[in-house]
Amino acid sequence: MDLSAINPVLLVASLMVAATPLLLAAIGELVVEKAGVLNLGVEGMMIIGAICGFAIAVETTSPALGILAAMLGGAVLSLLFAFLTQVALANQVASGLALTLFGLGLSALLGQSYVGIKPPAMAKLNIPVLSDLPIVGPILFSHDPVLYIGLAIIAATWAVLKFTRAGLILRAVGENHEAAHALGYNVVRVRILAILFGGACAGLGGAYISLIRVPQWTEGMTAGVGWIALALVVFASWKPWRVLLGAYLFGGLTVLQLNLQAAGIPIPVEYLAMSPYLITILVLVIMSADKSGAPASLGRIFHASQ
Amino acid sequence: MSAPLLSIQALTKAYPGVVANDSVSFDIEQGQVHALLGENGAGKSTVVKMIYGLVKPDSGSMTWQGAPFAPTDPNAARSAGVGMVFQHFSLFDALNVAENVALGMENPPPMRDLAARIKEVSENYGLPLDPARTVGDLSAGERQRVEIIRCLLQDPKLLIMDEPTSVLTPQEVQILFKTLRQLKAEGTSILYISHKLEEIRSLCDHASILRLGKNVGECIPAQTSARNMAELMVGDTLQTPTRTANLDGEVLLNVRNLSAKSASAFGTSLKDISFSVKSGEILGLGGVAGNGQDELLAALSGELRTSPDTVQIKGNPVGHLGPKNRRGIGTLAAPEERLGHAAAPNMSLIENALLTGEVRQNLSKKGFVNWKGAQDFAQDIIKAFDVRTPGPDRAARALSGGNLQKFVIGREVLQEPDVLVVNQPTWGVDAAAAAAIRQSLLDLAAKGTALVVISQDLDELMEISDRFGALNEGRLSEIRPAAGLTIEEIGLMMGGVSAQEAAE
Repeated sequence: MDLSAINPVLLVASLMVAATPLLLAAIGELVVEKAGVLNLGVEGMMIIGAICGFAIAVETTSPALGILAAMLGGAVLSLLFAFLTQVALANQVASGLALTLFGLGLSALLGQSYVGIKPPAMAKLNIPVLSDLPIVGPILFSHDPVLYIGLAIIAATWAVLKFTRAGLILRAVGENHEAAHALGYNVVRVRILAILFGGACAGLGGAYISLIRVPQWTEGMTAGVGWIALALVVFASWKPWRVLLGAYLFGGLTVLQLNLQAAGIPIPVEYLAMSPYLITILVLVIMSADKSGAPASLGRIFHASQ
Repeated sequence: MSAPLLSIQALTKAYPGVVANDSVSFDIEQGQVHALLGENGAGKSTVVKMIYGLVKPDSGSMTWQGAPFAPTDPNAARSAGVGMVFQHFSLFDALNVAENVALGMENPPPMRDLAARIKEVSENYGLPLDPARTVGDLSAGERQRVEIIRCLLQDPKLLIMDEPTSVLTPQEVQILFKTLRQLKAEGTSILYISHKLEEIRSLCDHASILRLGKNVGECIPAQTSARNMAELMVGDTLQTPTRTANLDGEVLLNVRNLSAKSASAFGTSLKDISFSVKSGEILGLGGVAGNGQDELLAALSGELRTSPDTVQIKGNPVGHLGPKNRRGIGTLAAPEERLGHAAAPNMSLIENALLTGEVRQNLSKKGFVNWKGAQDFAQDIIKAFDVRTPGPDRAARALSGGNLQKFVIGREVLQEPDVLVVNQPTWGVDAAAAAAIRQSLLDLAAKGTALVVISQDLDELMEISDRFGALNEGRLSEIRPAAGLTIEEIGLMMGGVSAQEAAE
């Protein structure tokens, strides 16, 4: 066992990378749930984003185009969910599960010819002086642009929900859709837009895995991150900054336990592997004890006839 | 004379299977308080929704200050100058007062200015309100203020109020009426929807009466007796319930120092409640909604379990028993929420009859259901309580609110319990059916049942109770004989002030 092999700076820098897919998927789902919709298809939208991003990046040799394609792919898949639940008024839980299964299957089909290929790499941020600073440089100024976009989305989501009229309407729709309708707001339109945003974020998160974090394509490579994102939204009490905290905590523990495994710590690998899940949920459960509850209309079907 | 502010001509709106409005016409003058009067289901809400742009009329027209008026959505109605205070408040519990107000405005000012304006308007009209408070924590009266202020901030020419007093204490009603009179003096017209006749007589200049979607009369309320208006509304002569009280029975239900924590986060915990009810007696419990009514019903029915001695039935401690065991010893309950609490919405009336009748009506044997017996029981309820439904195999949710209410009350009454607890027995039920339900409760008492009737309808409680108490923040006021109580005394009891404190 050699704990000195673990470099704290590298650890922090890599935990940010490990956390980003989760962060993106979770913030998208947070907006969807704030609008009162429960979309359990996050995992499916992520994997579709992963393959769309991967395929387009490989074909065009442009990672940026790949990223855009991933967002588009996730959003298009979420549109299917929006149609089922908002127009056809289908059950949200069943539709979301179906979306995940469909996404996993479709991505495997699309990805058949991309196994074993290396995608074009995305350039990392390299600011002279700043990126070369010791400790601060690798942690704050040497990542890929998508990681910063993720952080910006968290901040923007927080600000929009808290300070803008659009955010207020979104929260109102999620809180009491009948009242929002009675006041003249278009509940279905708000929800569809939120679902599309959630799909785009999940797609982006998926592409982050296939293009930047891993980077390669394998079937089912999102490996449950979408499900963790769903749990994270709940345990973060639907608060953007807590999503960030939870995602970084989870990412940090994942990276740390990998490092500990490599260092040969005498704890069975299985325990180490489950520790990020356990500890993240534990911490967030304790934090969510303040009972700031779920959006009151979450998961309820809205029909304008009443 | 100038054109009326709003003129409605022959508005008709049909829903599948029912004509909600059939050529309804009336005029509202500038600065007039116009009452729209009618039973539940008479079509009052539909008229109002058409004026507010939520529903499109099938035929007919409206004119606003002489010009054609056909709002396609609430925004259009609001910008023309229509404001609406909803019956079931259109508020968002998790948001604060200022945010709720902003959501009801076309072009809200920045939050800081808005908060200042809310303060200003609320003080001008005697409706104190703190813009930063979360609406979920407000009382019903305060919530209504939020709605009213939301409308007032847009300087409406016509303010629509849908059953505004149904959730208020008498004192709060007085404050509201003062505000409405001030608005009227400033030239605002008010369309006031209610079925409370005395209120309409004291407040309104003119009344249009609807029955089954049709105009059946116009009157000047101050010059018409409440009874005449009621008979216009119902289209029949009203039966007043009668009873012969017998107060020498033994104590059947005894509650001692009952304290219990509410099961829900926004609920009210019960604090040290004690009372007893004798055989043949009706105890009426008033109070503004959300002051522990649901919790008290739950504690008496067995949904909320407490230590054994706090609830005693016929001298036996039962506080630890669940609802099924309590039914076995003759204690039944009918909760307020019809769909989802008193009845399972998607199950048939037969199944719903079985759910609470199983124990006392012997509807199951060795784990097998006696469907024949359950069907007969459901038929009995439908017949005895005049439940209008095509048959007992219909789902509970298919019934109108009033019919389902008759069913869930009838289901408990027909089981001839020793102790019956009901919450809001006539909520949303038309006057004739309400009278029938009250009469059935009185008949049950005459047969020796001890009844606890929890209600927000004070007239109802005064009509049937032998003794009266009020719940306030989970505490029970002293219990006094109902006969001779004045409305002021009741108001103070509801506000949590005891008689002595008031005298001081």
